[in-house]
Amino acid sequence: MPVLQTKGLAIDFRGFRALAGVDLRVEAGVIHAIIGPNGAGKTTLFNLLSGLLRPTEGHILFENREITGWPAHAIVHLGLARSFQITSIFPHLSLLDNIRLARQSGTPLGYYFWLPETVLHRFDQDARTILESVGLAEAAGKPAQELSYGQKRALEIALTLALQPRMLLLDEPTAGLGVEDISRVVALIRQVARTRTVVLVEHNMGVVAALSDRITVLQRDAPSGRPAGVVW
Amino acid sequence: MIARRLGWVALGGLVLLLPRLVYEGLALDILTWALFATALDILLGYTGLLSFGHAAFFGAGAYASGLLALRGSVPYPVNAVAGALVAGALSVPLLYLAVRRRGIYFAMITLAFAQMIYYIINEWRGLTGGENGVQGVPRVLVGGLDLSNLTMFYYVTVPLVAVGMWVCWRIVHSPFGRVLMAIRENEVRARSLGYPVDRYKLLSAVLSCTLSGFAGGIYVIAHRFVALETVHWITSGTVVMMVLLGGMETTLGPAVGAALVLLLRDILSTWTDAWGVATGAIFVAVILVFRRGIVGTLQQLMQSRLHAALESAPRRPDEATPVSR
Repeated sequence: MPVLQTKGLAIDFRGFRALAGVDLRVEAGVIHAIIGPNGAGKTTLFNLLSGLLRPTEGHILFENREITGWPAHAIVHLGLARSFQITSIFPHLSLLDNIRLARQSGTPLGYYFWLPETVLHRFDQDARTILESVGLAEAAGKPAQELSYGQKRALEIALTLALQPRMLLLDEPTAGLGVEDISRVVALIRQVARTRTVVLVEHNMGVVAALSDRITVLQRDAPSGRPAGVVW
Repeated sequence: MIARRLGWVALGGLVLLLPRLVYEGLALDILTWALFATALDILLGYTGLLSFGHAAFFGAGAYASGLLALRGSVPYPVNAVAGALVAGALSVPLLYLAVRRRGIYFAMITLAFAQMIYYIINEWRGLTGGENGVQGVPRVLVGGLDLSNLTMFYYVTVPLVAVGMWVCWRIVHSPFGRVLMAIRENEVRARSLGYPVDRYKLLSAVLSCTLSGFAGGIYVIAHRFVALETVHWITSGTVVMMVLLGGMETTLGPAVGAALVLLLRDILSTWTDAWGVATGAIFVAVILVFRRGIVGTLQQLMQSRLHAALESAPRRPDEATPVSR
């Protein structure tokens, strides 16, 4: 039984078909890599799965529930969270504040405009544990913009992990990283995948080979008769 | 810490002495506009949404409060609170539509709505007096105490404005305020962390408009009348200018900006009718020199001084205090 499934997923941008007929099946508990050339629509696929874009055609099912067209914030609360290829963090807030925001989102605290912000200290221990797991414990009090590129990538993943999702969509987690950082990210993904399903878009074939249980190739302009997504 | 406490005491003293330093009417205007500007900053500085229609909500609060006092004999400050609620209620449908757009589109939609309110108030003469406005508003305190003495009214109003400013401060320094900052910093990420961004923007806008209405409600009782100009778009522009001049996202910046604009206008208008040109020139100069407004830039300077002092001092190992701008 697949935990995530798409049927004939397609999206047009002003008449340009960016993605056509994608049938993806992700089984529970695996690390599933999606590879393909630039422009094949890998990030677009993630934007559809996470609700940032609405598909023109097709269906998305997560844990047997139709989530096609759901807003992004609602999909997160079902337990499906994503990271971004282009680092997407809160640059002027401290690392702790970044992670607190992620932990806070599962609670109604965000609406409590009459409470002091110190109530968010209840997430501090959690936040520090998460920052430690990505090697950022030392920098916890720094504004996120002061981090190095590699550290920002780590924070990017930490933000997604802090949501404690059942399923993780990681968009090129090792993009632009040096060898050492890559091996650390690979170890981290392997560790978090023990308790959840991971879908991974990745260009580094070494990483794909080291981690993946399944691989889907996404291809543009597939010849007629062949589906755009090929599952191996 | 001690310096900060002394600063608050000095500020308190200044506020209490203000009616002696300038005439009472100006002192009261500074109070009400300070609250108005601080309320706008919830939306402008902390949420990152430029409203160009806040005159509508300031004005709605003023008209509602004035009419309640005049026709319903509702005493002060109950009428001002009622004005705030009217402004808040009015903002719900209008901002519900506006928060769906960002940047210049949001500014244009809020401006358009405010102009609609302006024309409705102008046409609805039976209620609002049209171009004549609402005049002869009584100034009576709860319990029947007559407040026609402006100095007395000033000292009754100081704690009300203080509470209003404190509410603004509480809102932006709450778990909710954190989400607003997250939305301003990175809206897509906020959505991907599970925050329904539009709902947060709407709540932020409604709180900002309600507090603006409260300021308007005080304003009308202070002046004992409200004119149609109050809801003109120039009011919206003036309050945005005050916030930028004093400094967005600072506790006292908008209040400082309000005081500065009103004092300048007061001083310059005794010399020339073209005081607008002078205030405009000063505004441009200040923004060029102080990017973050007066208070914002001063804060930044003091922080970098402090930072330099800490760098040279020996470091404590567990220095992981949360940073907030």
